[in-house]
Amino acid sequence: MIDELLQLALAGVMDGAVLALPAIGFTVIYAVLRFANFAVASLATIGAYAGWMVNGGLGWPIAAALIAAFIAAGVVGVAGDAVALKPLRASGPLTAAIASVALTIVLENVVRFCFGNDPRGFDLPVYRDIRFGGLHVGPQQLQDAVAAAVAMAALFAFLGYTSLGRTMRAVADNRELAGLKGIDADRIAVLATFLGAGLAGFGGMLIGLDTQVDPLTGFRVMLSVFAAAVLGGLGSIPGAVAGALLIGVAEEFSTLVLDPTYRSAVGFAAILLVLSLRPRGLLGERAV
Amino acid sequence: MENYLVAMGVFAGLYALMALGLNVIWGLAGMVNLGLVGFFAIGAYASALLTVRLHWAVPFGLGAGIVIAAAAGIVVALITARLQGDYLAIVTLGFAEVIRLIAGNEIWLTNGTDGISAIPQPFRGVLSPAAFNLAALALVWVAVAGVGALFARLSGAPFGRVLRAIREDETVASVAGKRVLWFKLRAFALGAGVLGLAGGLYAHYVGYIAPDSFSALVTIYIVLALTAGGTGNMGGAVIGAVLVVVLTEGTRFMGQFLTALSPVQIASLREGLIGMLLIVVLHWRPQGIFAERAKVYAL
Repeated sequence: MIDELLQLALAGVMDGAVLALPAIGFTVIYAVLRFANFAVASLATIGAYAGWMVNGGLGWPIAAALIAAFIAAGVVGVAGDAVALKPLRASGPLTAAIASVALTIVLENVVRFCFGNDPRGFDLPVYRDIRFGGLHVGPQQLQDAVAAAVAMAALFAFLGYTSLGRTMRAVADNRELAGLKGIDADRIAVLATFLGAGLAGFGGMLIGLDTQVDPLTGFRVMLSVFAAAVLGGLGSIPGAVAGALLIGVAEEFSTLVLDPTYRSAVGFAAILLVLSLRPRGLLGERAV
Repeated sequence: MENYLVAMGVFAGLYALMALGLNVIWGLAGMVNLGLVGFFAIGAYASALLTVRLHWAVPFGLGAGIVIAAAAGIVVALITARLQGDYLAIVTLGFAEVIRLIAGNEIWLTNGTDGISAIPQPFRGVLSPAAFNLAALALVWVAVAGVGALFARLSGAPFGRVLRAIREDETVASVAGKRVLWFKLRAFALGAGVLGLAGGLYAHYVGYIAPDSFSALVTIYIVLALTAGGTGNMGGAVIGAVLVVVLTEGTRFMGQFLTALSPVQIASLREGLIGMLLIVVLHWRPQGIFAERAKVYAL
């Protein structure tokens, strides 16, 4: 029994690490631009397709495909934002959020137009599970989780140790004050969108590796991703990581009592529970 | 072709009902609801299941659909009462997806992704298809007129004024002695009930429902209708709904000229265009084509 629970917790942490990337992407954009950009759903899908093309089409290794996924989603994210969302931000965060739902539907259909509805898979060798101390883990899951951890470490290093990263945090903290210091907030907004969209794409490709690549690859996990970001408190990156890990584990544990198809509803239940106690999430900011 | 136009008229009416329901929750009370398709689905499933499984008469099924959707609205409003803008948007969006998930997975109840077919369609057997369509058209638009008139009256009544006050500034409204939560609950229940009615009418008009009928795209349609018409304005909501149906159906004919494309490509082009259109409308007139005029009350 203990083994079984440990096994579920381990699987949950692996899933959570992958979910954390789009959740961080969503929350980074929120932190700097102060609106919920639902387009991350389709940006994750775009990352998955970009990675699939580079890996399957060009035959490049997975690591190169992940970088391609990051860049492709980042570029599309910035372009979509510049065309559809940026002019609307003056009308308020909700208008921009609604437009981002429309944008995600547009992007999803661009993907569908180009690639059709047929699911694609990565050409991956099948390995035997790695076993240790009564637990087992799929090499693919392990590799995905490690890739996610590397991406997160890179992000934390960027935010913590580079001047550009610190500038970004300053804008997220207090836009007006950063403006007084001569920081160009618009440039930082573009950077945040690129980073956020890129992370969504990176995570989207990992999800594609784990499941399949189709126009709804990103959308399918979005309930869990938004839940992770909300659970941790919108705008908090450590919160998004914690939220994603919690939701990953909770989803695995839920399979003990619930049909696995309800996994994505677990995140929803979790945010309802947390939000009714703390309306701004676990690590969210205090009400201004 | 005439039947087709009449059917489009029925759908325009259903969208108008949904836009009216959303307008009370969002336009008047200012609560974002990106999960409106969830209430639509609840109304549709409730009425379909009660009439198919328990052989209830259709009017009772519709009534039950309204009540259950309104009850769901109260639950959602209670849970989200303290949430603001973005959080509310995410929670309601999630709510609709969970409803769709339940509809797709509780096969014993909803028949899963196969959906429920042979939903009773009153007078379908006695009337010719053309007459059935016309009767549905009349019924749906009577409902639109009734709900629209009721809401327009409520909107001008003290109830509507309090809702607008809450929309503009919740704190001020509560300082003025208004029980904010109580007003929010009633607005949500009213709006959700109308969304449930639209769902029930949809189920009995089409005769078949499945989880796919309740995707986030429907929410986009209605948000587009309301935004195009102007949030807060009942007449605008109805006109917006008609515009949306004209546009979505207009793109259907576009497919005939694009013979080089596959059906999937044409479908994706249509869905993508609707999304783009919403973005364009938001850019062009965020306050709506027929915006709510600010009322000035003499002191």
